[in-house]
Amino acid sequence: MSIFDVTKIRKDFPILNQRIYNNPLVYFDNAATTQKPKIVIDFMNKLYLDNNSNVHRGVHYLSDYMTGMYESAREKVRSYINAESTQEIIFTKGTTDSINAVAFSFGEAYIKENDEIIVSEMEHHSNIVPWQMMCKRKKANLRVIPINDKGELLLDEYKKLISSKTKLVAVVHASNSLGTINPVKEITAIAHKKNVPVLIDGTQAIQHMKVDIQDINCDFYSFSGHKIYGPTGIGVLYGKEHWLLEMPPYQGGGDMIDAVSFENTTYADLPAKFEAGTPNYIGAIGLGIALDYLQNIGLDNIHKYEKELLDYMTVKLNSIEGLKIYGAAENKVCVFSFLLDNIHPYDVGLFLDKMSIAVRSGHHCTQPLWNYYKIEGSIRASLAFYNTFKEIDYFCKALKEIQEMFK
Amino acid sequence: MTIQEIQEEIIKEFKGFDDWKSKYKYLIKLGRDLPPIDLKYKTEENIIKGCQVKTWFHSEIKDGKIVYNIDSVSVIIKGIAALLIRILSFQEPEDVKNADLYFIDKVGLRENFSPLRANSLWKLINRIKSEAILYCNK
Repeated sequence: MSIFDVTKIRKDFPILNQRIYNNPLVYFDNAATTQKPKIVIDFMNKLYLDNNSNVHRGVHYLSDYMTGMYESAREKVRSYINAESTQEIIFTKGTTDSINAVAFSFGEAYIKENDEIIVSEMEHHSNIVPWQMMCKRKKANLRVIPINDKGELLLDEYKKLISSKTKLVAVVHASNSLGTINPVKEITAIAHKKNVPVLIDGTQAIQHMKVDIQDINCDFYSFSGHKIYGPTGIGVLYGKEHWLLEMPPYQGGGDMIDAVSFENTTYADLPAKFEAGTPNYIGAIGLGIALDYLQNIGLDNIHKYEKELLDYMTVKLNSIEGLKIYGAAENKVCVFSFLLDNIHPYDVGLFLDKMSIAVRSGHHCTQPLWNYYKIEGSIRASLAFYNTFKEIDYFCKALKEIQEMFK
Repeated sequence: MTIQEIQEEIIKEFKGFDDWKSKYKYLIKLGRDLPPIDLKYKTEENIIKGCQVKTWFHSEIKDGKIVYNIDSVSVIIKGIAALLIRILSFQEPEDVKNADLYFIDKVGLRENFSPLRANSLWKLINRIKSEAILYCNK
């Protein structure tokens, strides 16, 4: 017996109720983007139809209303991650934007020649490239925490990497390719012992589990709206207030100013200091609605149900001869990277598509990770709480059929 | 045989397949049977840019005819490449340049195969055509 009524939940996501090539759609590409509940779409639609107006500085009714909605979305995010203050919640375009903002601003303020930034071997390119760019600018160096074959970080090696040169640690909460959930609280505590701040990329974790920022105690945390059942083009950067106060702004213009003259500009207070230009206010409000929706279902329920899916699918996939899963960490989200016999992931993806199953084939923006495993990429199936055991059965049957076709 | 005659021959072959699975199986067979590209052509420069998967391309002129060599890590792409080679290799560059590849629609490649939507096939065809144009202009 399942924890909640998935049939009822699926009705909240009309896109799932469709046929592709005459078969019911099986959407297993949730790590790329999640589908949006109707309540999010309807609410955003209504805002555009009835309430649209630019936020802040407007004296008229609509602007005041929209500003109130925008700021209440910020409060929803604060509450969702249990941050101390809304000053610490910056709306961005998404995780990539959030990490670039920190890499730039933190880099400008604190990084000098020969300093070091630590990332891990399983990072998404979005948590590698911005640091590389910053290192190049500042003549600093990137250090990498290695992993084991199961796809877990080697914490002893991590401890050895931290030195007086280390200025920041940037690690993923849950790997988008392997599903590994990293012990971010421990990683943060280890860095803090040496007074090193920590950024956690929460893009693939926050939709699967309760995240308590104060408990993790990290200095920065980022995630994207579209991967947590919200709209595209909106993301969050959480930063501890004292860092955000000290760091210079990332971009200039719009709402981030206090006063401008040709001689000098003073900046606005937090969080506006980091929100240059007209923000994606309707996206932010849509994200807030998505967070409400998840909280109504209950994150613990979601976590428990997804764990059931994870365990079931792990057993089913492991029973397919010739299928090799990459990522066998003890603690995982419902993401499966695998290869099937010697069939190229692209070809498996094509066949699955014809069987109405949406997965992703390729390197999933983690090329250094695949270098570790000495492969170019994988087939990735990533599940959400609206997926079903029946879909897993159909998926495994499809994989066996593909194997037959290639024999 | 002319480009048109070979296309007609392929269309006739595909009429024997009732569903997408048999068409795919045929492409797998064609892909597996296509000889790999000579190692000396398997270089970074010969990878077709914009294809979702690594696909190598090389062409040359032999006795006034254009000869294509294509390889891919995807056996499906190789299968489609095998059809294109069968139609267009050892033809006059001028004929390749002007070729109307109507077989793609007639055999149901457009409706059945995601490589088309994923751009890979068009990148391949563009490359084939642009090489032919280059030879025509020489």
